Amino acid sequence: MARSTQPSFGTGKLMRAALYAVLILFAVYYLLPLFVMLVNSVKTLDEIRGGNMMSLPEVFTIEPWLNAWSRAQIGVEPTGLSPYFINSIMMVVPAVAISTALGAMNGYVLTKWRFPGDKIIFGLMLFACFIPFQIVLIPMARVLGMIGIAGTTSGLVLVHVVYGLGFTTLFFRNYYAAFPDELIKAAKMDGAGFWRTFTRILLPSSGPIIVVTVIWQFTNIWNDFLFGASFADFDSMPMTVALNNLVSSSTGVKEYNVHFAGAVLAALPTLIVYVVSGRYFVRGLMAGAVKG
Amino acid sequence: MQPSLPGKAQATLREVLPRLVLSPSLFLILLFVYGFIIYTGYLSLTDSRMLPSYDLEGFGNYANLWGQRNWLIALQNLAIFGILYIAICSVLGLVLAILLDQKIRGEGILRPIYLYPMALSFIVTGTAWKWFLDPGLGLENTMHLWGWESFTFNWIKDRDMAIYTVVIAAVWQSSGFVMAMFLAGLRGIDSEIMKAAQMDGASRWSLYTRIVIPQLRPVFLSAFVVLAHLAIKAYDLVIALTNGGPGRATELPATFMYSYTFTRNQMGVGASSAVIMLAMIASIIVPYLYSELRERR
Repeated sequence: MARSTQPSFGTGKLMRAALYAVLILFAVYYLLPLFVMLVNSVKTLDEIRGGNMMSLPEVFTIEPWLNAWSRAQIGVEPTGLSPYFINSIMMVVPAVAISTALGAMNGYVLTKWRFPGDKIIFGLMLFACFIPFQIVLIPMARVLGMIGIAGTTSGLVLVHVVYGLGFTTLFFRNYYAAFPDELIKAAKMDGAGFWRTFTRILLPSSGPIIVVTVIWQFTNIWNDFLFGASFADFDSMPMTVALNNLVSSSTGVKEYNVHFAGAVLAALPTLIVYVVSGRYFVRGLMAGAVKG
Repeated sequence: MQPSLPGKAQATLREVLPRLVLSPSLFLILLFVYGFIIYTGYLSLTDSRMLPSYDLEGFGNYANLWGQRNWLIALQNLAIFGILYIAICSVLGLVLAILLDQKIRGEGILRPIYLYPMALSFIVTGTAWKWFLDPGLGLENTMHLWGWESFTFNWIKDRDMAIYTVVIAAVWQSSGFVMAMFLAGLRGIDSEIMKAAQMDGASRWSLYTRIVIPQLRPVFLSAFVVLAHLAIKAYDLVIALTNGGPGRATELPATFMYSYTFTRNQMGVGASSAVIMLAMIASIIVPYLYSELRERR
């Protein structure tokens, strides 16, 4: 990534300085909303109302964070966001695990055990990545009700597995397509069957693509709002929906500092993943964008 | 189970096993994607209201839909939002990528800063920008406190301008991602061609306009497809930022579908709007996927 395409703009010092100035200005633009959220989440409400959103807190308070986590009124009980944070985790972990495992096996079959019609199946799965989910909302609500998991975390897991399958299959298929067929053939010659070939030969070298897929799925499912808002009921509501309820509730005083603390809490898991493994995050975005 | 399967049966199992492994996923996709598309398509032709009804009534819902002022507003908003979102993200992404590609010290710090908004939920982005754009609390207030008394920026409260605030927040979230795509494209260009052109005395400007940017065509196409499909699906951001308001000023097809189906008890109309949304996305995605898959083999 460090290699730059040849010729570069301005060798002149002034040109260089201007270039850096512009780049830093953009960095400020991207960081500003996060800065504003963080700074105002540790101010008192009075200070927010009377003061400047850009200024650092005069009185530092952790109170809004405690409120957002465990006291803010979202439903009937003033529970804060913590139960919904846990709901999100209970939804994300199985959904990511199942969709990634299925995607890995699909990718394996579609590249190493090809059969007539496999390209059509892949095409069908690929298109499924892009459908506007509005087209499935009505029947999905009915089917979840029919199989008795409407309004539950299991229901949301099912929904996220189904609509994540296209992407996970795509990721693994493209990765395995580049894996040398000779190794597979050699393993088959040695009498290794379908599963042995997968677990002994492909899986051990699948580390990077598993990381990419898990990060992609985690980010998408954690950040989902539409499915959560449509199919969760009160006990299974994920973090994004709870945050939106907190922020847009019209009763009582608007506690902006609590809203900001809540927003940062909702953003934290994906932000941490991004900071820790940004490289893989970007790779997932690219793989999702440049198909084929 | 018999201790040993006859050879023939074993061979058959081996033949079928891969397809067997694929079949649960295929079943899920066929039912939950394509079956559901057919179901919603069917509902769009019925007189469904609060609950699904299976009495066909032809294309009445579509006629109704195109007669709804709200739907026309939603489409107009989508056009404004989509065009500006795609155009600004592409230009900004390209410019940032070219600037970052000038052997910048600290690229490793700047790049992740440009890109991190992509990791956030639209609900978080909307919450932050709703406040930032609020005249009484955000930017306008700050400028007043800093002494610029006449500064006004109340687009988010203005029916005619509110849709542009959705563009602002969406561009903030996605432009870094487009930058990353262009940067990868730039790094893939053969530097020999560039050197040769420079030897021939091409100016830096013409180097970029004549040689570099034309080579980035596939990236433009990918960026367009990704952004266009995100624009058509845009829902969360509007909900968190303006909730479709003020009035219905920032209604988009996705919010229209949701409110007609689930709160206004006009499921048939909602289903027909979902079908139109699918048709819009399909008209962009299908040719793209088709060409991408063909090139490969």
